[in-house]
Amino acid sequence: MQIYLPIAEISVNAFLLLGLGGLVGILSGMFGVGGGFLMTPLLFFIGIPPAVAVATEANVIVASSFSGVLAHFRRKNVDIKMGTVLMLGGLVGAFLGVAFFNYLKAMGQVDLLVKLSYVIFLGIVGGLMFIESFNAIRRSKKPGGAITQRKKRGWIDALPFKMRFRTSGLYISVIPPILVGIFVGILAAIMGVGGGFVMVPAMIYLLHMPTKVVIGTSLYQIIFVTAATTLMHATTNYTVDVALAVLLLVGGVIGAQVGTRLGSKMNGEQLRILLALMVLLVCGKLALDLLIQPVEIFSIGTGGH
Amino acid sequence: MLRLSLLLLLAAMPLRAEEVVLGLSQNRIAITANFDGSEILIFGAVKREEAIPDEPLEVIIAISGPSLPLTVRRKDRRFGIWVNVDSFHVDEAPSFYAVATSAGFNESISLLQDAVHKVSVAKAIHSTKEGIDYGDRRNFLDAIIRIREDNGLYQTLENAVEVDEQTLFRTNITLPSNLTEGDYTARILLTRGGEVVSQYTTSIDVRKVGIERFLFKLSREMPLIYGLMSLAIAIAAGWGASAAFRIFQRD
Repeated sequence: MQIYLPIAEISVNAFLLLGLGGLVGILSGMFGVGGGFLMTPLLFFIGIPPAVAVATEANVIVASSFSGVLAHFRRKNVDIKMGTVLMLGGLVGAFLGVAFFNYLKAMGQVDLLVKLSYVIFLGIVGGLMFIESFNAIRRSKKPGGAITQRKKRGWIDALPFKMRFRTSGLYISVIPPILVGIFVGILAAIMGVGGGFVMVPAMIYLLHMPTKVVIGTSLYQIIFVTAATTLMHATTNYTVDVALAVLLLVGGVIGAQVGTRLGSKMNGEQLRILLALMVLLVCGKLALDLLIQPVEIFSIGTGGH
Repeated sequence: MLRLSLLLLLAAMPLRAEEVVLGLSQNRIAITANFDGSEILIFGAVKREEAIPDEPLEVIIAISGPSLPLTVRRKDRRFGIWVNVDSFHVDEAPSFYAVATSAGFNESISLLQDAVHKVSVAKAIHSTKEGIDYGDRRNFLDAIIRIREDNGLYQTLENAVEVDEQTLFRTNITLPSNLTEGDYTARILLTRGGEVVSQYTTSIDVRKVGIERFLFKLSREMPLIYGLMSLAIAIAAGWGASAAFRIFQRD
């Protein structure tokens, strides 16, 4: 069944979109990752213009994070104060990101920006994930292996503007969370991702937040930052396609439920290697597109000068 | 449904030796949610008061979409990766252009007449940009035609118009799914010996309709409302789907 997307202005098979949403949903349910960093490049591959893919995926993430955060609120796993500080940084970052995005769009380089960002981040995340799960499997075979040492808090404690975060049991400066927020906000605006894959490690290793509040707090701030990103893209670029968003979302929500059930029955570490390989595969495909001489070196953009 | 025959009959025209009486299978194309391209049948007859001249009659049918400015960009290798380096601005290029002829294109119309009447795809693109040498400019213009031909947006259909008894003519033109909405024009030119002897123009209305139209208009005219609505719809859909799945699981 073909469906004409009103904003992307192309006709796409609706089942393909539901299927893609479902596939990414299964993965995100299995691994507890947001699917943005996989979905956006897949949308490029099926011919959705990168600007539409990024803005629409931001809209999808708002909705999937919203469903996700409710469960964490029920279990009181959300540090609202920390989430709000991160969010303020995130809003600034999203604003900077969209401004940069629009600047490069006017110069005709936005596709390059988005694809390069993906190659770099997918490469780093996929590579780290692969090494980590590979080591974890080796450690589990060799009992009594190395215990990773926790870094001592140093420079972060020396920063001013300290604030107490009761839920996380922390008394730290607001500067690091704001900087983390800004960085993730920029990523959200440029790449159409929630940024959980950067936010979660930063919260654990940099801010030393307790692991149980990390996911809920990250989802809480992602909702606001991606919502702001969606609105900024919708009002400046007109690139949010609501029909595309709804199809991806319906597939994604159902996929996530299936994925959660599948994930609990399978060996986590080996699955994680599969996910890492998949991330690297998508990264490699995007990198090849940039490295190999394209068949058509010309492209047409509407309007502009 | 596509063959919804709406006959556009022609009223009195200025007195000429030969005139076109035209029919279109549809003069209105609706881009709906499941729009997957369309086919338009153009048919008509040549009305004449005198005997048929000796030179054979050729019929050229050109359909063009709204003309819009565009920028063509060319990639080159920089630091090992392919990035857009040069660009070329075009003032007006039709978003869709199909030209069908009853013989080969060059037999149907002379080069000079093509330049006057702007019939071929290449003549339909206007650019006033200076400061770029002719050869390179040609590369960019050729690229527009090549890319849009690949997308089915530009078509040169030789020997595609059937002409019977030098009087009745008909052709089919396929409109792809990635159409730009707007006022399309259909031009019919009658030629003899490469010279245009008569021409006739009518318009075809291509519009998004229903929900497509509503969403597109809202996104351009009230983008903030559209953005808020997108968020609300997405949250409701996500919530609804997970609630529905939970109910479905319980049963």
